[in-house]
Amino acid sequence: MKRAGLVLAVLAVAAWCLGPFLWQAVTSVKPDAELTHLPPLLPTEPTLAHYRSVLSGTPFLRFIANSAVVATCTTLLSLAIGSLAAFGLAKLRVRFKGLILLFVLSASMFPPIATVSPLYIIIRALGLRDTLWALIMTYTTFTLPLTVWVLTNFFREIPDEIYRASRVDGCSSFQSFVRVMLPLAAPGIVTAGILVFIFSWNEFLFALTFTATESSRTVPVAIALFPGMHEVPWGDIAAASVVVTIPLVVVVFIFQRRIVEGLTAGSVKG
Amino acid sequence: MSGRDQGSRFVLPAVIALSLVTVYPVLSVLYLSLHRKLLIFDISEFTGFDNYRFLLADDRFWNAFGNTAYFTMMSVSLELLLGLGIALLLNRTFRFKGVMTALVLVPWAIPTVVSARMWEWIYNTDFGILNHLLGMKINWLGSPFWAMNAAVVMDVWKTTPFVAILLLAGLKMIPQDLYQAARIDGAGRWSIFGRITLPLLMPVVIVVLIFRTMDAFRVFDAVYVLTGGGPANTTETLSIYAYKVLFQTLQFGYGSTLAVVVFLCVGAISLLYLGALRAEVEP
Repeated sequence: MKRAGLVLAVLAVAAWCLGPFLWQAVTSVKPDAELTHLPPLLPTEPTLAHYRSVLSGTPFLRFIANSAVVATCTTLLSLAIGSLAAFGLAKLRVRFKGLILLFVLSASMFPPIATVSPLYIIIRALGLRDTLWALIMTYTTFTLPLTVWVLTNFFREIPDEIYRASRVDGCSSFQSFVRVMLPLAAPGIVTAGILVFIFSWNEFLFALTFTATESSRTVPVAIALFPGMHEVPWGDIAAASVVVTIPLVVVVFIFQRRIVEGLTAGSVKG
Repeated sequence: MSGRDQGSRFVLPAVIALSLVTVYPVLSVLYLSLHRKLLIFDISEFTGFDNYRFLLADDRFWNAFGNTAYFTMMSVSLELLLGLGIALLLNRTFRFKGVMTALVLVPWAIPTVVSARMWEWIYNTDFGILNHLLGMKINWLGSPFWAMNAAVVMDVWKTTPFVAILLLAGLKMIPQDLYQAARIDGAGRWSIFGRITLPLLMPVVIVVLIFRTMDAFRVFDAVYVLTGGGPANTTETLSIYAYKVLFQTLQFGYGSTLAVVVFLCVGAISLLYLGALRAEVEP
């Protein structure tokens, strides 16, 4: 009896978490005529027409490529700058260490809306408006607190003796960082990398503000501004949603433990 | 080894980047908020606190402020309750727990814009599945009463996973022998929950509240894509109002004033919670 209650609760939670997305998936394979009729809930003749129209009719592949470039570059840059800082903070003598950590943490609390107007003016002045660089630059900085925070925790867990031994063996601190410490912190790099990638793939406010044309538009903006001549093309939107969400769902299932680790890093332990 | 301060050069790039892209803009937005600046006409004049004086008398600002406060209170408290329930559930032993954790994370990973469009379709008056299941014809996103609550439900769906995952980590840190001792002493389920679980979970609850309250207070994309702030500005939050003034009417001065207010509110909220956290950790 108790067991049945537990199973029921688990099923209810699963349905609540997955239901809306499943409904979107069902919508994406419904023929247009059935979109405006309920029942039937499930399509009588599933169709891939919406996927075809999304992947060929609009420059959607371009948006996906833009998002992929932005998210990949952001992840690499944020990890490069962030891991340097995290290593320094965890293993080396740094003046004002406490202050710097506090600074990094409080920078993560800045609301994007409070920085978007000056950044827009700067980006316009630099001639970077409507380029992917504008987004990469902004996202890299906005994800730095997260990267630094997660990686500092990881570097701290590596014993100091390992670092000292590598220095005794003749490594400079930078060589030791690249050859010894980074490989040891690989799980942390993966964790931070996933979180940064997901943030950059999903970000909307800056992407909406800094891009103007299709050449630099990213996926979230494209989905928000989905072209609708007369009526909202619900089937196409659903297909586009599924296309951009599937990679994320796959990542979640593969890296579930890493993500949980990243989300809880520092916030619970510290 | 040479150099007492050799770590600084490792830290410097990050500090410079953060200063340029977060600290400088915040100072700059403060400066802008004291100006009348219209981007299209190249007008920029210092007006002191005029914008702030205007803000205090601006009905639309107070409306947005009220909406944001309502949205934040409703969604954060619902997320906390629901998230606690899910965390307690995931803390029990059953098979397929890994799969279940991954399932719970799905709404968290889905882009906010995508989830707004998903829910927009669910809420559709004529063809939405919600009205179909309820057997009603409610205009969820078109009615001033329902629209904000519809946005709250969407936000709760999207962000409860984060709350649940953090609370679960907190639950796992509570030593098991405390529970055993309580059971031996004959404590019931509810008194164990009220006297052991909840008090020991409190620091994590406050951390969750800090993150979620700040996030909810600066909400933009979720509501902007779902309703655009309508109907009749009943779902217009502070960030949406600021965005519209900045980028639809291009009034960078007054828009920046609104942005500063969001910044100050978020700062005040975090200070309040940090005080509570300190009181909790060091009794």
